[in-house]
Amino acid sequence: MDTPNTPDYLQNFLPHTDADRAAMLTAMGMTSTDDLFADIPAQLKNIPTPQWLPKHGLDEWALQERLNQTAKRNTGTDALCFLGGGAYHRFIPSVVNTTAARGEFYTAYTPYQPEMSQGTLQVGFEFQTMIAELTGMEAANASVYDGGTAVAEAALMAMRIQKKSSVAILRSVNPEYRDILTTYARGLEHVTITEVATVSELQALPNPSQLAGVIVQQPNYVGTLEDVATIRDFCQANNALFIVSADPVSLGVLDAPGNYGADIVVGDIQPLGNALAYGGPYGGYMATNGKFTRQLPGRLVGKSKDTDGRPCYTLTLQTREQHIRRAKATSNICTNQALNILKATVYLALVGPTGLANVAQRSMERAHQLAEKLVQLPGVALTFPGKPYGFEFAITLPQPANTVVQAMAAHNILAGVPLGPDYPEYANSLLVCCTELTTPEAIDRYVTCLTQVLANATATPTACASPSSPVPTQPLEACAR
Amino acid sequence: MTPPTPPTNACDTTMTTDAPAALSPTIFERTRPGARGVRIPQDNHAISQDWLNSIPAQMRRTDAPQLPEVAQLDIVRHYLNLSQLNHAIDKAFYPLGSCTMKYNPKVCDLASAHPNLAPLHPRTPDALAQGSLQIIHELQQFLRDITGFDAVTLQPAAGAQGEFVGMMMIKAYLQDKGELPHRNQILVPDAAHGTNPATAAMCGFEVVEIPSGLDGCVDMAALKANLSDKTAGIMLTNPNTLGLFETDILEISRLVHEAGGLLYYDGANLNAIMGHARPADMGFDVMHINTHKTFATPHGGGGPGCGPVCVTETLKPYLPSPNVEKTDSGYRLADVGEKSIGRVKAFNGNMDMVVRAWMYLLAYGAVGTKQISTDAVLNANYLRTQLRDTYEIAFTGVCKHEFVMNSHNQHAADSRINTLTLAKRLMDYGIHPMTMYFPLIAPEAMMIEPTETENKDTLDNFIAAMKAIDAECRNNPDIVVTAPHTMPIKKVDEVGAARKPELNFYCCR
Repeated sequence: MDTPNTPDYLQNFLPHTDADRAAMLTAMGMTSTDDLFADIPAQLKNIPTPQWLPKHGLDEWALQERLNQTAKRNTGTDALCFLGGGAYHRFIPSVVNTTAARGEFYTAYTPYQPEMSQGTLQVGFEFQTMIAELTGMEAANASVYDGGTAVAEAALMAMRIQKKSSVAILRSVNPEYRDILTTYARGLEHVTITEVATVSELQALPNPSQLAGVIVQQPNYVGTLEDVATIRDFCQANNALFIVSADPVSLGVLDAPGNYGADIVVGDIQPLGNALAYGGPYGGYMATNGKFTRQLPGRLVGKSKDTDGRPCYTLTLQTREQHIRRAKATSNICTNQALNILKATVYLALVGPTGLANVAQRSMERAHQLAEKLVQLPGVALTFPGKPYGFEFAITLPQPANTVVQAMAAHNILAGVPLGPDYPEYANSLLVCCTELTTPEAIDRYVTCLTQVLANATATPTACASPSSPVPTQPLEACAR
Repeated sequence: MTPPTPPTNACDTTMTTDAPAALSPTIFERTRPGARGVRIPQDNHAISQDWLNSIPAQMRRTDAPQLPEVAQLDIVRHYLNLSQLNHAIDKAFYPLGSCTMKYNPKVCDLASAHPNLAPLHPRTPDALAQGSLQIIHELQQFLRDITGFDAVTLQPAAGAQGEFVGMMMIKAYLQDKGELPHRNQILVPDAAHGTNPATAAMCGFEVVEIPSGLDGCVDMAALKANLSDKTAGIMLTNPNTLGLFETDILEISRLVHEAGGLLYYDGANLNAIMGHARPADMGFDVMHINTHKTFATPHGGGGPGCGPVCVTETLKPYLPSPNVEKTDSGYRLADVGEKSIGRVKAFNGNMDMVVRAWMYLLAYGAVGTKQISTDAVLNANYLRTQLRDTYEIAFTGVCKHEFVMNSHNQHAADSRINTLTLAKRLMDYGIHPMTMYFPLIAPEAMMIEPTETENKDTLDNFIAAMKAIDAECRNNPDIVVTAPHTMPIKKVDEVGAARKPELNFYCCR
């Protein structure tokens, strides 16, 4: 038997011994594993030596050392975090991660076989119910990739329902979400995405009856509350679907979009028990009413009965999906964020309705406390004064926000997200976020350090590194009446 | 009719009707008003309400959402009991063809919870996120080694989104060459994954289905007949969904390129060829990878995924933006440029999965990744050869990491038996069903992929189970037809569920 010896170290994950391999080959009437690859043309098998992948693997201890050495270069995790902008530094109760770490959830496949998957399915059903409750809608799906793809999928859904090919989106929606929508729209022929800076610009659009939907974020990217009632009236007058992107924690304080007339509500569930993890995985939720449910993309869990009449759960309306409908599916999506919705479900069960409201209230309280202190500093003002806001707000600084961010980082404070790269007219504005983890001491430190940073600023601050794109004709309105 | 199984939970004993009770009440039914599962941070300070007046009254919530109110231990028990209703890799064998249900090493899973990784905000300035940026960059280089491509993005959230990215890049490239809208056809074999035609349609292409030959591979005559100046490209997986290596691949890529089209490689079956062949060398221009298949990031009950996309130098300018760049002063997120197809996902991709895949490749190294594919193919062929006298295998010959058999022999013994009944009976042997009725070109398909992480005993046990079920089809077919018998529930009425969908506890009480 000429089976080459495999390195012993591989046996921690690969169970075969060389004796096993030999016995299997014998049973198959073969002499070498090379026989199994005889169908691959010889010229393809001549592979160059890997340039970057090490030849041999690391043992578990060495692997952990490598991880520690690399991960500790992330000095940002040691800093006070005032970053938001669509991802939030929130408390994650222990039970969330111990539950999600259960191998029965963690290493399960998509629940296409309901008899072996009632656990995953019931969690999906509970999640859908919680999202429907939070948003004030009748039904939610069992998630899509993230809040940004949920916005894009909602736009596609509105165009399918309305049989129109135009969507308007407010420029105050998360810039990354708008980018994703643009990318998705580029795939389709004759689809128009119109960005509007203000509600009055929306109202002034020519041919508003051609809009399949209008997308608004509440609270918007810069933290302030939109005039959703006026946007809803506009949508209803023009037979356009009213699509609202809403942070789920904010819904502990703010009215449920279903109550003010939303047709589709979307958002990201990261703040519900999911780690920041430098960007993912998070999860997008999508909720809607009545007959639109059949146009939702992604997985849906429905209640059913087995042949004994026992209530149970199953994936339902699968004929919408790519594995059945192929080129005519509602979406090519074939993954949901099952593990992330499990975390969100456990999180919401743990905090309950009062806890969620408290998290939202505490975050908003801290944001207002910090903002009130910051506007006392010379040259610092709210970028959108007089506008109501939640747990994020924009401040205008006497110098480019990027410069301040760098200087604050030296004090071990992540001071906020500069607005300049996405809104060039606000190069000196910084988006600041507070959460239930922001302590009074952290607020004081922010104020003290910013005072110092602004005092130390030299006469020639370095220029803002934002792109040289032209200033738009009309600035962001970001307002509620 | 069998009597109802005992309730799985002490709280479930309140059955009052003859109909069997649900396996578990929902978390909403466990509510005890006033109960709390966890304390909120800083809850020893009263929350000031001064700020609340700044929010207009009509924008405030007045009706609290009906979320559960349950104590912590009861929540822990509820979800632990639910978890135990699942099948999982950590529990038993999962021979799902095309899904690569391999062991997820615990060291990789724990890595993502590292205190310098889990709490890192995606908007952290690059200088303070050098560790994560380095991990992204290194994984990209490892993937270049494995696939032979020139550049990689880790932004896509899943394989299907990777497909979308790849096809949008093909579209952008053709657009640049001035060949759109004329060149708008994407060829897709009839054996392809459902995501392939769905993705091509999402990108605005016309899908042209190419029939497979009698040997299960691309029919070269049909390919040639469909190639034209309208051909934008072809989407293939190699080995294909029957588990067969497309031996004509070099000829296929030559023909498609000559016609002016590009080749898309669906990386779903990459586990078959790592270290043995590289998609770029076969002539492909772009591919996606499913990290939850090849690199053992968890399936998690359906996600999250992560779908890296690898491309040639020609397509590199079209990659999604931003991408990680290594400079003299460290790593940074850089704009890809004006040709970029744009962004497909917020922030920096599914970083938790990136970390796990990076750990996984460091654990195996180049020698190990080749051995992964060798053992995956060995295991599949072992099952194939041990079962081929019992179950019909339409497409013969050596397979790669998976193979497709059917239930024709068993159906001949009892006409009530088909692939679905056999699969449900397999559950009673403690094994998850194989992939069924896919690919569509193989009638009554049973697609089996054991992966490299199953030992010989597990494989022998599966062979014995499949042979025992075959015997039952002849000697005791009723037990097969009415299966499963040992699962928490019986067969589910999926049609009724779809007719009147009940998706919300409060709407369907």
